[in-house]
Order: sequence, then C-alpha cells, then structure tokens
Amino acid sequence: MTDSKQLYQEVILDHNRKPRNWGLPPDATHKSEGVNPLCGDHIHLALRLADDTVEAIGFEGDSCAICKASASMMTAAVKGRARADAEQLVQEFRDMAIGTLDPGEPHHLGRLTVFAGVRDLPTRVKCAILPWHTLHAALNAIASTSTESEADPMHAPMGNA
Amino acid sequence: MSASLTARIEQHAAAFDVGRVRADFPILKLRVNGKPLVFLDNAASSQMPQPVIDRWVRYQTSQHANIHRAVHYLSETATAEYEAARRKVQAFINAREEREVLFTSGTTEGINLVMHGYGRKFIGAGDEIILTTLEHHSNIVPWQMLAEEKGARLRVVPVNDRGELLLDEYRKLFTSHTRFVAVTHVSNALGTITPVREMIAVAHEHGVPILVDGAQAAPHLEVDVQELDCDFYAFSGHKMCGPTGIGILYGKAAWLEQMQPFKGGGDMILSVTFEKTTYNVIPHKFEAGTPPIAAAITLGAAVDYLQSVGMERIAAHETDLLDYATDQVNRLPGVRIIGTAEQKAAVLSFAVDGVHPHDVGTVLNDDGVAIRTGHHCAQPVMQRFKVAATSRASFAFYNTMEEVDALVAAIRRVQKVFT
Repeated sequence: MTDSKQLYQEVILDHNRKPRNWGLPPDATHKSEGVNPLCGDHIHLALRLADDTVEAIGFEGDSCAICKASASMMTAAVKGRARADAEQLVQEFRDMAIGTLDPGEPHHLGRLTVFAGVRDLPTRVKCAILPWHTLHAALNAIASTSTESEADPMHAPMGNA
Repeated sequence: MSASLTARIEQHAAAFDVGRVRADFPILKLRVNGKPLVFLDNAASSQMPQPVIDRWVRYQTSQHANIHRAVHYLSETATAEYEAARRKVQAFINAREEREVLFTSGTTEGINLVMHGYGRKFIGAGDEIILTTLEHHSNIVPWQMLAEEKGARLRVVPVNDRGELLLDEYRKLFTSHTRFVAVTHVSNALGTITPVREMIAVAHEHGVPILVDGAQAAPHLEVDVQELDCDFYAFSGHKMCGPTGIGILYGKAAWLEQMQPFKGGGDMILSVTFEKTTYNVIPHKFEAGTPPIAAAITLGAAVDYLQSVGMERIAAHETDLLDYATDQVNRLPGVRIIGTAEQKAAVLSFAVDGVHPHDVGTVLNDDGVAIRTGHHCAQPVMQRFKVAATSRASFAFYNTMEEVDALVAAIRRVQKVFT
C-alpha cells in the first residue's frame, strides 16, 4: 500500500475545500444519483446537454475528500465538452483508477492524473470512481447507480470499501 | 489528565507488564509505511499470540485426524483435544454443562442457529421479538428474516444521546405477544456495555428467553453465563486471540434439547434410514459435518492464554487505555466522541469536523495507525447519531498508552492536512 501523501496532493485538497460546480444547474436535462453503500458516499449530479454538448453541470452530496475532489475536477473537465468526449474520459479515468490504463497510449486525462495514486489504495478506488459512475449513469438516463450494483455497466469488483 | 487517572494508570502499570505481553505477539513487531504498527482495530479482529499460534501448528503437526469417527490413535487424540477445548470454554464462561457449549463458525452462525433452531420452531404470526438500536447487523438481519417468514414483528429498544439503552422503554415493549429478546452485551460501534443482567431478569419475568450477543464482551469482560442466567450467549474466537472460523454458542440444555437442528449431516445423527433419522444428543445435534477441529483446539489455547494474563487485569488495563484515550481525544478541538455511556468497553468512536472517516483512516494508515472507519455493520446506530460513518479506535490488552499518543498525534495530522 502506498503512502496517501501521493494522493492527498494540494490540488485534491483544494478541490475538497472549495469544490467547483457545487449545486445542481437549473433546467438540467440529465441527472443521476450515485451511492457507495459500503462507505456512505452519496452524490447527486445534474447536467444540461444541448447539441450533444455538456453546457452546464453541477453536483452536491456528502462524501469523502477523494470523492468530492474527483467530482469537482470531473465537472470542470467535462463542462463544454461533447458527450462522446465525456464518455471517453469516464472510461479513461476508470482505467487509470483500477490500474489498467496503458501509460504508453495517449489519453485525455490531463490534471486528472493526480488521482492515479488511488490504484494503490484498493479501498479508496470506488471513492474516486463514484462521480464518474454517476456521470455515465446520467448520460445514459439511469436514475441511480451504486458501486455495488452488479447491473451497473461500470461495476467492477475491487474489494470492499 | 486528572491526577487520579494518572495515579491509577501508574499503579496498574506496576502490576501489569504490557511489554511482556506484547513480546508474545509477533505481528505487533511489524512496521507499516516505515512506522511501528499501532493496531487499534481489535473490535474487528484481535491478534494471535505465539503460544496460540504454536498450538495450531502442534495440532496439524502431530494430532490431526477427523474426530468422533475412527478407532485409530490420531482420531482419538484429535477427539480428546477437541472435547478438551469445549471444556476449557465451558470453564471460561462458567457454563453448567459442557453439552451446553456448541462450536460454531462465529457469532453470526450462533445467532442464526438460534433463529433457525428456536425461532422457526417456536415463533409464529403476530409474535414479537425485542431487539435494540445498538445491535450489529448480525443480530438484526436473522430476526428480520424470521419475522418476514413468519409474520412476526420486531420491537426496538431506543438509546439516549450517550448511547445507553433506555431500560424503562425496554420494559414497556413487553406484551403478551413477546416471544424472544436478542441484545448485545457490548456495542461494537459505541462501546456501550448494556445492562444485560437487568434485561435478562425482565425477560424472564415475562417468561421470555433471551439471547446475548457477546462478540465484543467475551474478550474484554469476565462472562459468567450462570450468573447472568441468559438463555443463549454467542461469541467469536477471532476477537479473543483465537483463529477465524470458530465461535461459541452457549445455550441452556433445556432449550437446546427442544430446538431443531440447524444443519443436517454427519455427526448430528444417531441413526439414518430413508424413512427416518434420529438426531444425536446435544451438543452434537448442532455440529453437523466435520467441524473446524484445528480452530476449536486453538480457541482452547486462546482461552488458556487469556486466563494466564487474567481477565480482571485485561479489563483494568483496557479501562485505563479507554479513559486515557477519551481524555486525550476530548482535548482535541474539532473532534467529537460518539458514544459516551457511563459503562463502556475499550471502543472509541469519533468524528473529526469536516473530514470524512475514510480520509481519517487513510491518513492514519500513513502513520502506521490501524483503525476502522465506516458504519461498523451497525447502520441503525449511525442513523440514531445522524452520521454516515465514524472512525473507531478499539483497544486490546496489548495496546499501550504510547499507542494512544500515536493515535492522537495522527488525528492532529489529519486536521492539519484537511484545513
């Protein structure tokens, strides 16, 4: 297990203290609720999609620092992007978090790579992924998602949090 | 720290050599993230001392065969050691007879055995089962399953803001429909020691049998099932320096004889034909199949070990640890202790303002400090105290005051990281 100092970097701590895009946008076209029943992380995510582009996005809820910072940076990253690009980021982030992202291949994660260290903290992987699960669910008109749901297309067994 | 607490701790330190005890536990020499391991997750599972580890090895090295079966030397040896372990546990909890001591896989199985063996036979539609807010999920879910199946109803004893059960409310829950009570002896989430003696007496005034979940009590308090007069008492080996996969269910012989078996199979029968099976006598009626023989015998060695240290001295040292930790954590601004009962075992649940327990646990781990974070399989307790989760430090007799200091220093570091 790695030292968490690699994970609790200033950028993550800052997004935890001052989350960006906090609060749900009015006239949202897509929304979803994400829960991790094992640790109690719980977020609501809403976005407005126009011309297949994420025009507005916001979240709120009650969660640990990793989850909140991940949600904050995620919303900042996908705002203004095309839906397909957002979905691609979801996949890349998930692969990075569980350690299957090929570092040799090009990706679009940019500053989101501060979360790479989470792959060495198996009980915290789900905290980082939950907002991305929830975004995927919202984009696919799934009202709620759980890190423990077998039916969830993002579900990946990774040990209990 | 008050002068009286300091004096008490110094006096106990002279009588109890924690350094000598620690030398028995090889795992306590580990370093985690470059720091000495500070293991404060004993309510989840305790560590095993060398004499107990050695007992497992000796069994597998020179005594193993299946029990209650063959006439050869090893089978007879294993059977004798297995039954000797049962007698050790019998003496440990002061059960009247050894046949009242059943080997199970753990507390959860013990409770499920009573739910199936007693509940399914004697509890029906419209009947009521009394539980408490403090229960671990393992003492809720089996009764809920039974209630659903039979059309029975659960009644729940509430707690006050300190995490103490309200005895008056408990008394009021009894009706002519009450058929069973299941209560924890020590809350795993808060540390509250419940007034089981009074609760057992009240249940018996109403002619109702009562099960006590002793998972958190057996390793820390002297338990005398005859003095308590409980009908059932369940606990686990791995929380009392024994191995996982073994536990004990004590039951009064009169109940066990009337109950239906939980599992069918070998060893629990006297005779089998395709027309009819005659069940074996207790305790064997409830021990179908090859039991975890090595684990049972090793649990016997864990009982020997705890008794060699002395349950009274264990309780005294753990009380010192709890009082010292409570005093120190109370001095930290922004940290709130959840569960402040007058009577507590060495469990300290706390919340750090503005920091999620999982972040607390992860940062503490950097300093080698192992605690549990989450809902502790006691979600009704979390709901009662309006938190999603807590951080929980739980102490054993091999912990030290210096480890409490390490915990407090690590909590300070958490606050520094997140402000």
